Amino acid sequence: MRAATLRLRSPRRVLSQLPHRNLIHYGQLYPSHVPTNFVQKSLLAVGSGVAALRDPYRHDMVAVLGETTGHWALMRLRGQMMRDPEGCTILKERPRIRISTLNLSHMATLPDGCLGREYLSFLEDNNVTPDSRAEVKFVDNEELAYVMQRYREVHDLLHTLLGMPTNMLGEVAVKWFEAVQTGLPMCILGAALGPVRLSSRRFQLLVNTLGPWALRSGNRARCVMSIFYERRWEQNLEELRRELGIEPPPQILSAALKKVPSDSAY
Amino acid sequence: MAASVRSIARIVLSDSRRKALVMSSGPGINLTCRVELGGSRFYNEDHAGRTTSFGFETVSEEEKGERVYKVFESVAPKYDVMNDAMSLGVHRLWKDTLLRVMNPLPGARLLDSAGGTGDIAFRFLNYTRSRHALQQRAALRSQQTPSWQDISRDYASGERAVKAESRVVVCDINKEMLTVGKEKAESHAGPFSAGVSWVVGDAEELPFDDDQFDVYTVAFGIRNVTHIEQALQEALRVLKPGGRFLCLEFSKVSNPLLSSIYDAYSFQVIPVLGEVIAGDWKSYQYLVESIRRFPDQETFKAMIEDAGFFRVQYFNLTGGVVAIHSGFKL
Repeated sequence: MRAATLRLRSPRRVLSQLPHRNLIHYGQLYPSHVPTNFVQKSLLAVGSGVAALRDPYRHDMVAVLGETTGHWALMRLRGQMMRDPEGCTILKERPRIRISTLNLSHMATLPDGCLGREYLSFLEDNNVTPDSRAEVKFVDNEELAYVMQRYREVHDLLHTLLGMPTNMLGEVAVKWFEAVQTGLPMCILGAALGPVRLSSRRFQLLVNTLGPWALRSGNRARCVMSIFYERRWEQNLEELRRELGIEPPPQILSAALKKVPSDSAY
Repeated sequence: MAASVRSIARIVLSDSRRKALVMSSGPGINLTCRVELGGSRFYNEDHAGRTTSFGFETVSEEEKGERVYKVFESVAPKYDVMNDAMSLGVHRLWKDTLLRVMNPLPGARLLDSAGGTGDIAFRFLNYTRSRHALQQRAALRSQQTPSWQDISRDYASGERAVKAESRVVVCDINKEMLTVGKEKAESHAGPFSAGVSWVVGDAEELPFDDDQFDVYTVAFGIRNVTHIEQALQEALRVLKPGGRFLCLEFSKVSNPLLSSIYDAYSFQVIPVLGEVIAGDWKSYQYLVESIRRFPDQETFKAMIEDAGFFRVQYFNLTGGVVAIHSGFKL
C-alpha cells in the first residue's frame, strides 16, 4: 500500500541520492528510514509523548512524536507547497540547510537587516547550529520525510523572521505560530503545554501580547514552508516580513525577552 | 583414542601464542618459514570471504564483529534499564535460576564471558558468600561439641585454614560494557568490588591459560559471537577437568500460541522501547533478529557436544523463551 503512494523518480536520481549501501531494511525509502507499522507507530507516539513530557530535554523524543503523529499535517503542508510555485521548486530541488551547504563567509558580508545577516547573528547569539536537527526516521513517504526535515531546518529561520530568541517564551511564541501554520500535532501539543512552564509575568506577556500576535501572523501569513530562503539571503528582513504578511514583532521590554540560561532550541 | 587425539590436536593448534617452524627444503636451499597459528583459524584459510548473519542481514564476518561492537557500545549506558523494561524484570529470575543450576561451592573460580555489566558475577559472589556463611554457621554449631579428633587437629595445625576466596573474572570484548559493570561494582560498595576482575577479551580467543576455571558462563552473549564453535572450544580449553560450561541464551519457543505472542511482542514492542528509552531503534531490532537466527535447543546442544563437552543438557525457562545449556569437561 505504501509503495503505491511513492512518487516515481528517475532511477538515476534515486541512485545518486540514496547510496545503496544504506538501504539495508526491506521497505527502506531513504537512508535514515526505519519502516514501522501502525501498531509500532502508536506505541512510539505514546512512548515518546510520555518521555518528552517527563524530560523536555529529550529532543529526539519530541522529534519522534512529531514524525509519528504528523502524517495528515505533512500531507496538508505538502499540498500547500505544491500549490505555490516557490514551494514546488523546493520540493523539486530539495535544498538542505546545513553548515556545509550555507556560505557563511558570504552571509557575514551582507548588510545588516538582511535575512542572511540576521540569521547568522541569531545563530551566533544563541549558540545554535543548523546541524543539530535529528534525521527523520518514522515517516513512511520519502517526500513527506523531506517536508518534515525542511520543517525542522526552517525552525531557526522562523525564529529570525519572528524576531524571537530561543528562551522559553520565544520558543512558545514560535510554537504558536507554527501550530497555526503547519497544524502538526506536535506543535499544537507544544503550544498548549509550553506556557505551563512560564513564570507568571511571561505568561501574562504571552497571553496579552505575544500570543495573539503570533496567532494573527500565523493565520495571515503565506505558508512559510514554501519560501526558498536559500535564494533570499540578500533580501531585507522587514521587506520579507511585509511580503509574507507577518506583523513586525511587538516592542516589548527587551529584558522580558532576554535569553535566560535555561532551555535551548529544539 | 579419539579423545586423546583430539586433545593433542587441541594443544597443538589452539595455542595462539605458539609459533611453528615449518621447514621446506628445495634443491640445495633451506627455506624456513615461521607460521603463526591463530587458534582453529588454521582450518579456514579463506574465511575472509565468508559471510554470516547480523540479525536478518547477511554481512561479512569482519563486519559482524565491528557492528556488534558498535551495537553494544551504544546500548551500554542503558543496558540494565532496557533489560528490565524489555523482560519486565523477568531476566533477574532467569539469572537467579542460572545460579541455582550452577550451585557453586565457595572457592570456585568463575569466568563470565561476555559478562559486560556483571549481573552473573555479582550473583555468583552473593551465592558463594551466603553459602560460605551457611557453612560457617553449620561448622560453628558442630563445634559446640567438638569431637576429640577436631580438638587434636586444631591444636596441631595452630593456624586457621585459609578461606578459599571465590573469584570471578568478567571478560567482555566491549570496553563500554565493562566500564558500566565496574561502576555498578563501585556503587554497590564493599563486598562486590573485591573478588571481581574485569578483563577485555574475545570469547573466540580468550586471554587465559588452559585449565583455569571451575565454571564458565556466557549469559545472552554467545549469539553475538561470529564463530560460535570457536567460542565453545575456547570454553573447553580454559575450564579445568571437571569444570562446567553454562550458557543462558534466548531460544526457540515450541508452543505456537506463546510463540506468536512472543514474536509480536519482540518485533512490535521491543524496538519501540529501544527508541523511547535508549534512543536506539536499530540496536534493539538487531537484538530481536539475532535471537531468531540463533540455533534451537537441540542444535545448540549438538554443537556443545561436538566441541567436546559431556553430559550436555538444557533446561527451558519461560516456555522456551530462554534456555540454560550445561556441559562438563572431563
